[in-house]
Amino acid sequence: MTKKQNSLTSNLYIFIVMAFMYLPILVMIAYSFNNSKSRGAWSGFTTKWYADLIQNESILSALLNTLIVAVISSVIATLLGTAAAVGIQAMKKRSRDLIMNFTYLPVMSPEIVMGVSLMLLFVMFKVDFSLFTVIVAHITFNVPYVILSVLPKLRQMDKYLFEAALDLGCTPLQAFTKVMLPEIMPGIITGFLIAFTFSLDDFNISYFVSGERAQTLPVLIYSMTRKRVSPEINALSAIIFVVVLAVLILTNLNDIRRENQLQKGGRRG
Amino acid sequence: MENNTLISLRNITVAFDGEVVLDHLNLDIKDKEFVTLLGPSGCGKTTTLRIIGGFVEPSEGDVFFDGKKINDVPPYKRHVNTVFQRYALFPHLNVYENVEFGLKISRLPDAERKKRIKEMLAMVGLSGFELRRVNQLSGGQQQRVAIARALVNHPRLLLLDEPLGALDLKLRKEMQIELKRIQQQLGITFLYVTHDQEEALTMSDRVVVMKNGQIQQIGTPIDIYNEPVNAFVADFIGESNIVDGVMIRDYLVEFGGRQLPCLDGGFGTNARVDVVIRPEDWEICKPADGQFHGTVISSVFKGVHYELMVQAPGEEEEWMVHTIENHPVGSEIGLILTPDDIHIMHKMSPEEEAELLSALEADSILNDEDEDDEE
Ligand SMILES: Nc1ncnc2c1ncn2[C@@H]1O[C@H](COP(=O)(O)OP(=O)(O)OP(=O)(O)O)[C@@H](O)[C@H]1O
Ligand SMILES: [Mg+2]
Repeated sequence: MTKKQNSLTSNLYIFIVMAFMYLPILVMIAYSFNNSKSRGAWSGFTTKWYADLIQNESILSALLNTLIVAVISSVIATLLGTAAAVGIQAMKKRSRDLIMNFTYLPVMSPEIVMGVSLMLLFVMFKVDFSLFTVIVAHITFNVPYVILSVLPKLRQMDKYLFEAALDLGCTPLQAFTKVMLPEIMPGIITGFLIAFTFSLDDFNISYFVSGERAQTLPVLIYSMTRKRVSPEINALSAIIFVVVLAVLILTNLNDIRRENQLQKGGRRG
Repeated sequence: MENNTLISLRNITVAFDGEVVLDHLNLDIKDKEFVTLLGPSGCGKTTTLRIIGGFVEPSEGDVFFDGKKINDVPPYKRHVNTVFQRYALFPHLNVYENVEFGLKISRLPDAERKKRIKEMLAMVGLSGFELRRVNQLSGGQQQRVAIARALVNHPRLLLLDEPLGALDLKLRKEMQIELKRIQQQLGITFLYVTHDQEEALTMSDRVVVMKNGQIQQIGTPIDIYNEPVNAFVADFIGESNIVDGVMIRDYLVEFGGRQLPCLDGGFGTNARVDVVIRPEDWEICKPADGQFHGTVISSVFKGVHYELMVQAPGEEEEWMVHTIENHPVGSEIGLILTPDDIHIMHKMSPEEEAELLSALEADSILNDEDEDDEE
């Protein structure tokens, strides 16, 4: 094969993969502008599903629930997970290995197991299902992900940095905030973003612990599709897709900008 | 305790997982003194500094600072700063911010802070590097940032853990002079760690020679050089001829088949001893005039002097001789010693001798590596 053919094949391959990933989404976006309710036929352009969406209170309140849960649970999970990672890193090797196995367990086990067991736990302690139970559940499954993204940063860190900070007059708390935290911040941010997105789109666990009044968006969509697929859902999904895309592009742009800055020689204090 | 003693270690013992790393260490350092810890790798130099910095708790013994016991004082309350062996610079800060760090914590006023940092960066030759990130610096530049970051706080005591190890010879010599000048100018007590005996001897008021967590000898560079207490110190301080000898009586020693007068006494009569002769102490003369004579079997130029190996006829002994005048291989020369060139030491036990050999070997391997690291 010549080089040219080679690059042609690889381009074709990339095209097919991309088509597989994005075609369903494009179709969905297209149908969110379809005048007909039926999925089969195209009967003209409309934005009425978007208008309906804004007036649909159950969808809007589910959206609000989802955002509240995602923000609160990912912030708390990030705090708890970071603290846990710092503690784990300071442990002796044997206890550290033990704890790490316990950390991997919830990550590896099927989510439905987590969902059911959390539900049983709440029922046993007679806690009514509400936003509170959803938030607690999301914190529970998100903490390990934060730990797993912060720990490598701690391991990379020069262990004498902390001592150097103490040596220069920092209390242990100052040494943590002024030296350790900036060092592990990329890991913390990654952990937070993972927790936030997992919380946004979690269905398996929320389904078991949300009850009637605290439905999140994925749970609501699921219950709606059981009756009929409303084109409003297409509209909603299209909006979510565009928002996520925008966030991704912004993050990437930000990274690129920061990289450029670093190359020019850092900040001035 | 004398009243100008700044820091004293009393019976300091440290064990990691049951392995003794420091063994009943006693050391007093006077205010404004320049003291150097010298010893082979792994002998406990860094651990000694970490005890004083407050990063390691002794299993036994006390640390006194200004006459007050500070065992329980945390590192950030000690008037001590450290130049860490591996620099430990803060990667998220630039050069200026690294040097500023301690002053910011101690809330030094802005104007004074700026002035001190500027002076300090000039002193270590890093003016103009303020905005560089520290991981964009060479090893030697990082080392100088580490020195500036510690020194800018004007601590009572500065601990320096091989602070010039990554510098090339020329820069190292310049920095040695500069550090010594800074130490005298600011009146700061220095506790300095090095592998390099020459550095120790040229910079220090007193040198502490360590081995296996124990202090072998404490003394001025001249004491240590001229009156090493045992063969370990003698060999570590400089290449030496160390041979078996017998102390016939006070002030008379027999070695290499000769009886020679010396300045040492108190070993008893007919006691087996080690005799140390520095290679540069030999005086070379005609074969017939020497106390010893032999054939030059090798000659290597070492930059400032020639290193000759001289074999005495019919004897196993080979003498190492340093001289500025070359004597070609194969030529016959005579060697003369005056009584003060002969250093007598208690004999080491066979175990101690084996230890010395392995310690020195490990150290020369390490030194070779250091050289490769140089920029
Ligand atoms: N945290 C620790 N845990 C276990 N052993 C340690 C620890 N720190 C040091 N040691 C051991 O203590 C001994 C002395 O170490 P130290 O770092 O004081 O040596 P050093 O004289 O500074 O050597 P070098 O010249 O190579 O820096 C070594 O055998 C080392 O392995
Ligand atoms: Mg060391």
